[in-house]
Amino acid sequence: MNWTLFFVFVVVLGLLPVVWPDPYVLSVMGSAGIMIIAAISLNLLLGYTGQLSLGHAAFFGIGAYTSALMSLGFSVDLGFGLTWQVDAKPVWIAFLTAIVVTGFFGWLVGKLAFKVRGAYFVVITISFAQVMRMISLNWTDLTEGPMGLISIPALTLWVPGEGVISLTSKAAIYWLVLAIGILAYLLVAMLVNSRQGRAMIALRENETLATSVGIPVTYFLALATIISAAIAGAAGGLYSHTVRIIDPDVFLFIYTVTMVIMVIAGGKGTLGGPVIGGLIFGLMPELLRGVVGPEVQWVIYGVTMIAILLFLPRGLVPAFYDFIAWLRKPGAEQPRKSKSSLVQGANS
Amino acid sequence: MDEIFQHIVNAMVLGSTYALLGIGLTIIFGIMRVVNFAHGELYTLGAYVAYGMVALLKLDFFSSILVAAAVGMLVGALIEFVFLRRKDLKNIDEVMLIMIGIMIVMQNLELLAWGGVAKIIPTPFSQDPISFGSISIAPTRLFVFGVAAVLLFIFYLGIERTRFGLAIRATFQDQDAARIVGVNVKRIYTLTFALGSAMAAVAGALLAPMFVATPMMGDLASLKAFAIVILGGLGNLGGAALGGFLLAFIEEFGASYISSAYRDAFGFLVIIIVMLFRPQGLFSVKERVG
Repeated sequence: MNWTLFFVFVVVLGLLPVVWPDPYVLSVMGSAGIMIIAAISLNLLLGYTGQLSLGHAAFFGIGAYTSALMSLGFSVDLGFGLTWQVDAKPVWIAFLTAIVVTGFFGWLVGKLAFKVRGAYFVVITISFAQVMRMISLNWTDLTEGPMGLISIPALTLWVPGEGVISLTSKAAIYWLVLAIGILAYLLVAMLVNSRQGRAMIALRENETLATSVGIPVTYFLALATIISAAIAGAAGGLYSHTVRIIDPDVFLFIYTVTMVIMVIAGGKGTLGGPVIGGLIFGLMPELLRGVVGPEVQWVIYGVTMIAILLFLPRGLVPAFYDFIAWLRKPGAEQPRKSKSSLVQGANS
Repeated sequence: MDEIFQHIVNAMVLGSTYALLGIGLTIIFGIMRVVNFAHGELYTLGAYVAYGMVALLKLDFFSSILVAAAVGMLVGALIEFVFLRRKDLKNIDEVMLIMIGIMIVMQNLELLAWGGVAKIIPTPFSQDPISFGSISIAPTRLFVFGVAAVLLFIFYLGIERTRFGLAIRATFQDQDAARIVGVNVKRIYTLTFALGSAMAAVAGALLAPMFVATPMMGDLASLKAFAIVILGGLGNLGGAALGGFLLAFIEEFGASYISSAYRDAFGFLVIIIVMLFRPQGLFSVKERVG
């Protein structure tokens, strides 16, 4: 990881609300940021363990619903005269609960789904997201069904001299998303550069070989899924406390697809990939808005996705590094090539 | 008791179209290893072509189904030729994502072309149900069942009795060996994709008059096709036909006796359960994991 580049990037992003305090820009950047956090979490699973989860919106949605429900409080009749009642909890407690709960679901899905691989794993994860959507639509006692949950409280922050303030201004939300995004990025960066991360990459490259040298497959895949799900849950929690209204649409397949596009476009298995891909695909709808209708936006979205897969299947970040290397030494052996071809090798 | 027979009849009708949908998807997976996310869009396409033919061009309902099949075949062949031929199909994730891209593009083109309003497809059949004792069935449904059953039978004969079917089965078992004995595998790929797409389009054209045609109808159809195929075992043709009927029965009886709100959720729950205990599918003898 290039630390200088990282710091420059963080400082530039951090100063954005100061140099360009336009509420619309900040709000768009904030929403893109939430999707980028989700994409970072997906990249851990897709890019580093090589498992394509097409149900990632489920973790996002579970995080969003858990955090919202805990902060609002709920009372559900479970039948047999039992009632499950939870009083409204402070927002941050709700947020942390959401992370733990999604982590648990990640463990569950990881435990169950990793009995199978490839197309089968994909279909299980899709089904999981669909079942979650059906539950959120139909368990109206808990989720209010299609009406969704409204008046979700905002996250708060204790500021010296100001006391506890609600993070509701566009700039505050932007900084909050940025801060959690940086945390998620660093967590994934640390993980993939650790012994555990190397084990995950080894599994991606050659599962049989990795198993033969004693890497416990299920353990590491479950670990990756738990952390990935927990980060996606945090993104969901952020979503529900910043947008402050959620409905079952958070489980839609298209959100998973958006996360996948972000990761693939930027470059799966690279730390910068989901961020770059997320900025492109998070901002593209906003840039196209007003120019063309929503259907055409989605068509452009889909065409871009196909074009990237056909012409730059490894993503923009590896392509960019190759290009830099080529500029420095045209025709020579490219130093980055070995690493990125390893990444590519995982897909084939 | 009569109620149960009524549910069985409903499930058989629904199951016959599900079987068409499932076979189309499973033949593409079995032969090409492509998880076809655009399958539901070809189903939608079939429904809209039928609508266009009947409602706008005043063609009769029967011919419109043939046109839907032809258009589905053409679009399927085109997708294979333009997008899949140049890709290494072993790269299962990338191909899957390309198909998702195609799905997004097709769905939104359909939205653009037809708008979000649901279209009702007129059929020449009367609305009055035909009664057999206490069981009643709408003529449209009976027709749908008949066509689907005939198509399933023709498909079976085609695969089992013709030279083309032989080539398909050979490619299915071992591509390299098929290539050695002179099967043009590339052509088989294109034909397979065209055939699978045509079946999805026919399923759409047949089912749409029972419900309505909307641009988003493909989403659920795709997911159901996956459920069917998983039930039968990915790439298992007979399994997909059985899986189609099984899913219809699960939905019909689940909706009637457990909860109608969760009708569409039963399929997914079944997928998860089957995956956990019999990932090779209910009707597969042999593991066919790619």
